Amino acid sequence: MSFLGGLSLPKTWQGWLTIVLFGFMYGPIMVLGIYSFNDSRRYTSVWQGFSLRWYESLFQDARIFRALQDTLFVAIVAVAISSVLGTLMAIGLCKYYFPGKGIYRGASYLPLIIPDISIAVATLVFLASMAIPLSIWTIVAAHMVFCLAYIAVVVSSRLGSLDPNLEEAALDLGATPTQALIKVLLPQLMPAIVAGCLLAFVLSIDDLLISSFTAGGGANPLPLEIFSRIRNGVKPDMNALSVLLILASGMIAALAEYLRYKSSTLDR
Amino acid sequence: MSASLSKSRLQGLGTTIRHRCQQLLGPLALLGPAGIWLLLFLVLPTLLILDISLVPDLRPEDVGGAYGLGNYSRVFNPFDPRFDSVYLQVIWRSVYYATVSTIACLVLGFPVAYWLAIMAPRRWRNFLVVAFILPLWTSSLLRSYAWISILRPTGLLNTFITWLSDLIPGVDLPTQNWLYSSAAVFVGLTYNFLPYMVLILYASLEKLDISLLEAAADLGANPRQTFWKVTVPQTLPGIAAGCLLVFITSMGDFVVPTLLGGASSMTISRLIYNQFLGITRNWGLGSALSMILILAVSLAIALLLKYGDRDSVKEA
Repeated sequence: MSFLGGLSLPKTWQGWLTIVLFGFMYGPIMVLGIYSFNDSRRYTSVWQGFSLRWYESLFQDARIFRALQDTLFVAIVAVAISSVLGTLMAIGLCKYYFPGKGIYRGASYLPLIIPDISIAVATLVFLASMAIPLSIWTIVAAHMVFCLAYIAVVVSSRLGSLDPNLEEAALDLGATPTQALIKVLLPQLMPAIVAGCLLAFVLSIDDLLISSFTAGGGANPLPLEIFSRIRNGVKPDMNALSVLLILASGMIAALAEYLRYKSSTLDR
Repeated sequence: MSASLSKSRLQGLGTTIRHRCQQLLGPLALLGPAGIWLLLFLVLPTLLILDISLVPDLRPEDVGGAYGLGNYSRVFNPFDPRFDSVYLQVIWRSVYYATVSTIACLVLGFPVAYWLAIMAPRRWRNFLVVAFILPLWTSSLLRSYAWISILRPTGLLNTFITWLSDLIPGVDLPTQNWLYSSAAVFVGLTYNFLPYMVLILYASLEKLDISLLEAAADLGANPRQTFWKVTVPQTLPGIAAGCLLVFITSMGDFVVPTLLGGASSMTISRLIYNQFLGITRNWGLGSALSMILILAVSLAIALLLKYGDRDSVKEA
C-alpha cells in the first residue's frame, strides 16, 4: 500500500480521526458543490438529476456582476496601495529603533487582533464624525487598514530570516540606501510580498462586516449581496456562486502557501 | 578669524542638521505612510468609540451629549433603573459559545495535529497541514452557508434521516429543524476555527523532541503517562495560544451566530451590529458594547503574551 509515496491507511485512531475531520472540513463544501448541479425547481435535498441551470441563472444576474466588479475594484486598489505601505512598514520596523517603536508595532498588530465588528463600528463612527460621505472609496480606505497589517506581518517574518550582510555589502560597494533597498532587499522579499498580497486580497474579497459599515448606498460588494440573499434561506444560484468563489479563494490560497513554502526553503 | 571660525561652525551645524534630517528621512519614508493610515483609520476611530461610549444613548442624529457612565451602568449595574439583564445574558452567551467551541476545537484538533506532526509520513506532512488549513482562506460566510443547506428543515441531514428511517423497518428517527439553535452555532464555530487550532498545535508539536517520548517509554511509562507527563507539558504554551486564538475569534464572530443561530442566539457582535445598522440605533450603547468586546479580547491577549508561546502565535 505504498503507491502514494508512503501514504497508506493509518494504523492509529489519531490517523482515522484526521481522515474523519478532513471529511468534516471538506464535506460541507462538497455538498454545496454537488447540489449546485441539482436539477430541481424548488430547492430540495433530493437529487433530481444533473443540470447547469443554476450556473446559467447566475451568469444572467446583472446585480451579481456589478457586485463582483465592486469587490474586485476594492480588493485590487486596497491591496495595491497596501503592498507598498505594508512592505515599507515591515522594513522600517526591522531596521530602525526609535522611542515609541513598541507602540507603533502594537498598533500594526491591532487589525489582526481587534474583532472585525469593533473595527467596522469604529470606522463608521469616524467617517460620520468627519462628515465623509460613504462610497466605494471609504471601503477601500477601511480595507487598507487590515491589508497593510497582514502584508507587513508576512513580510516581517521573511525579513527575520534574511541575511543582513547582503544589504551591507551593497552599501559598502557604493550603492545608495535607496539602490540597496530596490536592487538587493526587494528581490529577496518578493515571494513574501506576493504571498502577503494574496492573503490580503482573499481577506478583502471575503470581508462582510467592514464593507457593510463603510459601503453606504454607493457600492455593494459581493459578500453584502450574498449575505442579504442567504439571510432568509437557501437560494440555489447562491450555491453555484459559492462554489465558484470558494474555488477561486482556494486556488489563491494554495498559490500563496506554495510561495511561502518556496521562500522558506530557499535559504536552507 | 573669529568670523571664519563661526562660519565653519555654522557649516558644521548645517551638516549635522542635514545628517539628522537624512537620518529621519529613512524612518519617516518607511514608517510614515502606514503609520498615518493606521492612526487615521484605526487608532483615532477606536479612541472615538471610547469617547462616545461615555455619552449615554447617543444616536446618530445627535450632535453631542453629556458625558456619563450610563451605557456601561445599563449593562453592568443592577441598581441602575435602566439596567436590563439581557445585555449581561448576551455577553455570557458569547463567552459560553466561545468556550464550548474552543474546547471542541482542542479535543478534536489535538489528535489531528499530533498525527500530522509526529505520525504522518514525513514527505506528506507539509501538504497535509496546508490542505487542512486551506478552508480558512475561503469566506466564512460561504462556509456557514454550506451548513445552512445541511441543517435546514429540508436539508441534507433531515433527508438522510428520513431515508434511513425508510430503509430500516421499525426504526423511526425524528427529523427536526437543526438550524437556528445553539447546537448549530457550536458546529459552525468549531468548523470555522478548527484549522487555527490545528495550525498552532502543529507548530508546537513539530518542535517536540521525540527522544523525550522514547525516553519516557524506555523508563517504563505507559502511553497515557507519557502523553500527560511529557507531551502535554511540553506543548502547553501552544495549547494556550491555540485556545486563546479560537476563543477570541469565536467570541467576536458575527457571521456564524447570525446565519446559523436564531433569535435566541444573540451574541455581543450581533448586538453591536444592531445598535449601528439594525433597528435600535443607539450608537452610545453600541460603542460601550464594542469597548467591552475589545477589552475582553485584550485581556485574553494579555494572558496569552504572559503565559503563552509567542513563537507559535507568530508562526500562525
